[in-house]
Amino acid sequence: MADASPIGIFIAGVLTLGIFSFLYKDNPVYKVCEAIFIGVSAAYWAVEYFYSALYKKFWLGVIPPEGSGADPDMWLWGGAILGVLMLCRMIPKINWLSRWPLAFIVGATAGLYMMTFFVSNAMNQIASTMQPLIQDTFLATLGSFTVAIGTVTGLIYFFFSKEHKGIFGGAAKVGIWFLMVTFGASFGYTVMSRMSLLIGRLDFLFSSWATNFGQMF
Amino acid sequence: MGNTLAIIGMALLGLSLIYVLYRTIIGNPVSRRVVFVYVAFAAGLPLFMDLLPPVHVTPDVQALVDALEELPPNSKILAAFDYDPPSAPELQPMAEAFFKMAFKNDLDVIVMGLWPQGPQQADQAIAAALLDPDVQAMNPQYGIDYVNLGFQSGNEFVIQRMGSGFKAMFSRDQRQTPYDSIPVLQNIVNFSNIDFVMNFSAGKPGTVEWVQFAVDRFGATLGAGNTAVQAPQIYPYLRANQMVGLLGGMSGAAEFEKALGMPGAGSTMLLSQISTHAIVILFIIIGNTAYFRTRKRKNG
Repeated sequence: MADASPIGIFIAGVLTLGIFSFLYKDNPVYKVCEAIFIGVSAAYWAVEYFYSALYKKFWLGVIPPEGSGADPDMWLWGGAILGVLMLCRMIPKINWLSRWPLAFIVGATAGLYMMTFFVSNAMNQIASTMQPLIQDTFLATLGSFTVAIGTVTGLIYFFFSKEHKGIFGGAAKVGIWFLMVTFGASFGYTVMSRMSLLIGRLDFLFSSWATNFGQMF
Repeated sequence: MGNTLAIIGMALLGLSLIYVLYRTIIGNPVSRRVVFVYVAFAAGLPLFMDLLPPVHVTPDVQALVDALEELPPNSKILAAFDYDPPSAPELQPMAEAFFKMAFKNDLDVIVMGLWPQGPQQADQAIAAALLDPDVQAMNPQYGIDYVNLGFQSGNEFVIQRMGSGFKAMFSRDQRQTPYDSIPVLQNIVNFSNIDFVMNFSAGKPGTVEWVQFAVDRFGATLGAGNTAVQAPQIYPYLRANQMVGLLGGMSGAAEFEKALGMPGAGSTMLLSQISTHAIVILFIIIGNTAYFRTRKRKNG
């Protein structure tokens, strides 16, 4: 909020309190604040994308400014045509044309991610899991055993071709425990994140907004 | 005075929970709105205290600090700001500490964003860092010591394209200066000319995409600051040595500030974080007490 105007800070504080009012119960003030937030966010993103994609990327690309020394990039017309075809979705008679840009996006993304996912999310992760069980320190050794047991039992839990009974069922139960601990840790981090948002808003209300409020009135 | 009142307020808050527990035990639990009030006080009161909680710097944070501190002067850091104002309470303290450290160590920072509001968050962090007397002594100059290339749409495709050339994605900086006219960008063609990539991320596109493309495809060295909600998703990449260090949430910010010797907003807000967690844990205990009492009554 370093460069926000006093009126801007005042409005931000009022809207924050309006959103907080939902904690008491749903009310028209909250609805208005929510609608303003969604509207402003959508408008901001629309303007940013228009400016960065259509103006900066396409327009300045096909018609470079005088003196820039850049040649017009005619390949950008391909993207522009695909973009226009995407808008055909809104015209019922020719909405089938929007399948072409969608097919292009799906194909390009699949091609880009095929090897990327395989290397980053499969091979590198498997390699880091396959470590020697005996390490230099006791804690490191304990950690290696935990990873090994957690990986094997977690995989057993997701193996449904054999009924979860006996030793196999016991291993699957250990796998569930590992999964639950993982979800618990993830949930704890989520709570921490949400509390941070609340603290950030309160800090704004007590510092920037309160100071500004005192100066305005 | 404010400090004393806040501490007294926190003590009263804790004591009043005994009454809430008593009400719960006798079968008269408080409404959810009372819980909200408690959480609000637990989050708000510590903001009036000037106490700094004890912070233990974890190896993941220390590794990141070590990697940044080892960079020689004039090393090139690409700082990707992939978050927006809602995530600022967690990520802005990290960003401010990062810029202070970078400017003090005379490192060159190239800012960009895959989120539209990311570059603005970077501008605010730079403005805050420039208020530091030690940073002012270094007198960092826009265009010479740092530059903001702004936002570029395209998500992970932007990173992929930057692998062959930054200029293809950022022909001008945020102030519309042509790429070739910016001194700090001289001889910067692609990731091979970048010594370190620092990513501040609140979701997608963010650290996962930087690992997948900048690190695993183009061999960049990556450190990251993440929101707490995203951090568990990133730790596997850290354990697989696909990153050098990770700052997770507000506690990560406080650790980062402590390791750099620059206490800031992350450290002061951590006290609020601790007290809200304590309140949540206590209400979980009270809530479970109410649940087991109700079950016992139904069974009885």
